[in-house]
Amino acid sequence: MPNPFDFALALPEILLLVFAVGVLLIDAFSGTANRRTTFGLTLLSLAVLTAVSLWQWSEGVQGSTFHGLYVADSLSHFLKITSYIAVAVTLLYGRAYAEQRDMLGNGGEFYTLALFALLGQMVMISANNLLSVYLGLELMSLALYALVAVRRDHLPAVESAMKYFVLGSLASGVMLYGVSMLYGASGTLDLSLMAQAIEAGQINGLAMAFGVVFVVAGLAFKLGAVPFHMWVPDVYQGAPTAVTLVVAAAPKLAAFAMILRVLIDGLNGLALEWQPMLLIMAVLSLVIGNLTAIMQTNFKRMLAYSTISHTGFVLLGLLAGVVEGQAAVNEQAYGAAMFYMVIYVLTTLATFGLILLLSAKGFECDKISDLKGLNQRNPVLAGVVLLSMFSLAGIPPLAGFYAKLAVLQALIEAGYLWIAVVAVMMSLIGAFYYLRVVKVVYFDEPEGEVRPLAMGILPSGVLSLNGLLLLVLGILPGGLMALCIQAIQQSLGF
Amino acid sequence: MASDMASSTFPWLTLSIFVPIVAGLLVLVLGRDDKPGFTRVLALVGSIAGFLVTLPLYMGFNTQTAAMQFEEKASWIESLSVNYHLGIDGISLWFVLLTAFITIIVVLAGWQVITKRVAQYMAAFLILSGLMVGVFAALDGLLFYIFFEATLIPMYLIIGVWGGPNRVYAAFKFFLYTLLGSLLTLIAFIYLWNASGGSFDIQTWHKLPLAFEPQVLIFLALFAAFAVKVPMWPVHTWLPDAHVEAPTGGSVVLAAIMLKLGAYGFLRFSLPIAPDASHSLAGLMIALSLIAVIYIGLVAIIQEDMKKLVAYSSVAHMGFVTLGFFLFNTAGLEGAIVQMVSHGFVSGAMFLCIGVLYDRMHTRRIADYGGVVNVMPRFVTFFVLFSLANSGLPATSGFVGEFTVIMGAVEYNFWIGLLTATALILGAAYSLWMLKRVAFGDIQNEEVRSMPDLSSREFFILSVMALLVLYMGLHPKPFTDVMHVSVEALLQHVSISKL
Repeated sequence: MPNPFDFALALPEILLLVFAVGVLLIDAFSGTANRRTTFGLTLLSLAVLTAVSLWQWSEGVQGSTFHGLYVADSLSHFLKITSYIAVAVTLLYGRAYAEQRDMLGNGGEFYTLALFALLGQMVMISANNLLSVYLGLELMSLALYALVAVRRDHLPAVESAMKYFVLGSLASGVMLYGVSMLYGASGTLDLSLMAQAIEAGQINGLAMAFGVVFVVAGLAFKLGAVPFHMWVPDVYQGAPTAVTLVVAAAPKLAAFAMILRVLIDGLNGLALEWQPMLLIMAVLSLVIGNLTAIMQTNFKRMLAYSTISHTGFVLLGLLAGVVEGQAAVNEQAYGAAMFYMVIYVLTTLATFGLILLLSAKGFECDKISDLKGLNQRNPVLAGVVLLSMFSLAGIPPLAGFYAKLAVLQALIEAGYLWIAVVAVMMSLIGAFYYLRVVKVVYFDEPEGEVRPLAMGILPSGVLSLNGLLLLVLGILPGGLMALCIQAIQQSLGF
Repeated sequence: MASDMASSTFPWLTLSIFVPIVAGLLVLVLGRDDKPGFTRVLALVGSIAGFLVTLPLYMGFNTQTAAMQFEEKASWIESLSVNYHLGIDGISLWFVLLTAFITIIVVLAGWQVITKRVAQYMAAFLILSGLMVGVFAALDGLLFYIFFEATLIPMYLIIGVWGGPNRVYAAFKFFLYTLLGSLLTLIAFIYLWNASGGSFDIQTWHKLPLAFEPQVLIFLALFAAFAVKVPMWPVHTWLPDAHVEAPTGGSVVLAAIMLKLGAYGFLRFSLPIAPDASHSLAGLMIALSLIAVIYIGLVAIIQEDMKKLVAYSSVAHMGFVTLGFFLFNTAGLEGAIVQMVSHGFVSGAMFLCIGVLYDRMHTRRIADYGGVVNVMPRFVTFFVLFSLANSGLPATSGFVGEFTVIMGAVEYNFWIGLLTATALILGAAYSLWMLKRVAFGDIQNEEVRSMPDLSSREFFILSVMALLVLYMGLHPKPFTDVMHVSVEALLQHVSISKL
């Protein structure tokens, strides 16, 4: 019998809570106007966490604790480390932006809220019980709602915070309703026990099916899949870009882990119920996301629709995993979806990081036309745009290509040949608007008064590395792909 | 294992691919736009080095075997079972050399003309060169696809950044058209991967038994990519736009090599993987090829823009190539491959000639010229030679390929042979009529009077091309000797049904 209260397993969460509270206190008493200390301590905390999780991972720490509410396994270690890095890079890119927009003057919430959102994500990643899933989700969401509104005097930001909050709460309610049905039908909230109960077949199928519908709807909202995508463009566009990146990058990893644990680990026995739902949402996301993105002139809004289309691809990877009794197919498919998510987060960091670095005091670089002639102003940043756009479009030899390839492979292996054809046709449409960004950067001449680009050495250096990584992972994707498959194998027990 | 033995030899193919790419990256990093001279020299050195490392491939090539040579194999992405697997046979050897050679010409052709962002221009061509060599050398399906697709990125930039007034439209059309086809090919490749039990190895795919219906689907999916790239009628419409808007170097690379990527794809994939589908769809392919040869030949005659005219003539000439493939006899196939190499020289040279004129007058309209021979006699000598080669005159390289394909066509069916032969008349019509209007007659346009004759750099480039065109026309044996065994083996393979 394992120790039901093994605190060591949850060491990263406990440490982060301590750090977050510590940073909050130090900030309240000794915060300067530019929050240099807060920023430094936040990055330090993330560095410590990375070290701890890496150590846990290398020691092979795994198991569940708190009566099965919490699990630690290689999947959780891997996704947590990726999240730490994503948050750290986000804060680094966003620092100058936040400072210039007076988001730091009144307090260091930008940093502490980001840490609390991260804590929520970590709970989601490690949750093995619908209750802890919900707790993590709400912790993350509340922090994010507040973050979107952190620029209190900025009307679009407040408006999108309101939208995000209202729709987000609605989705949480819907999901909670579904959870209550699942609980009523199966008599447990624990995902492993629920899976056993479904397998035993002594449950009310109709109630379970209803519960699944509501839970899937709630999950789809958090992931931003059509038809629950309405909030994505508004929040991406309205929020201060530094916050947009906090919302767009790391939470996707947590949402992915949540779907993996709830649907595939817990409700695998009901795959026949949720698989068609995912299929419809995936195809709709691909179609609506790509078609709508073509019409956008705002860069952030375009990226929002592009996110929706990429969500469709991830969902395709997830649903391709379910073919009766073929574990080898499964781990490939889930590994493919996970690889896709990681690459997507990496690309999102690069694109939004670019917007953040190009924005200056009193100038938001959020229209596509603001990038005109970037190649002549700064060839390195232009190269980052080139790499990330072609990666999003899925052109080899960039990382995005392997992400698409792995998902398509899983789809065809599972017998969804025609869905794969639809998916590639949609990525052809997608290529058009990514190409348009490249066109603006490379083919067009700079317009009007060309302002000199002033940016810190550190953020621009990290951004260049970030772009380069898309190429390096495109040439040598084997390692990361193997890691993803390995993590899935160990966690889902194939 | 033969591959183990071969992998211990010196990796010339890897060098052929990566010397130009690394040179391109160096140019990108070290090249400065305020010091264009240094950048150009660096690029030239890189392209020459890229060509030199391909020479051992020719010198060490064994013409007696159809097996892959200079093979290299290493595991690359294990979870997808993708290998870094290279090798060439008699079909691909010439294209590796042609690519590396044309790159030198292109670097020289852009020497003084390109003044804007020199480093990026040269780097794009060098990287493109390495990628195209990769396409011809890849023996792993996914590796092939990666190289095939990656060529789109530099070409998109070349057309879009250094192109003419309508360059944005042309660049988008080029990219999206090609991507449409290749995405379907990707699906076919994954299907083959699945059907072969998780292998991307092209030679495994060649031996893979496939039922008729999947063969047809695979053939059509591959056709989507390769037909667009060749380009075959009716999916050729991107080519005139791309050619007209691209800078001279871009047009040369497009015509001389990029079109061959598609044709090569037919030889390496469509025919050997889906032989039964190839046979049963041969009628359609021959019909499409004949339309390209005759109809596009007629279209070429009435063009008013020189580049457009040569672009349409490229489509017509590539029609010969695809026609030769689907005759399934030695003459047709060998003629087609010779035609591919020859077209590389001739169309490249034609675009270089138009580039020479364009650099002086900044117009491509035929009507703006006339009587050029009076001021540029040396240039017109070359222009006459290449125009004649373009119309298939004996003793030029253009004749060898076309004549052999016509022989193959007559062997296959007399009437098809007859229709094919009309191409010689059409070719003469559009090439010579353009030549007459541009080069001869009285000087109509006063600006023509002030055009200087060839510079020594231009003279050098065009004379190298001229020597090759004549050499290949007078003595084609070295070219056909290399490919003969491989062609026979391919025909042998295609004649055996997989059903």
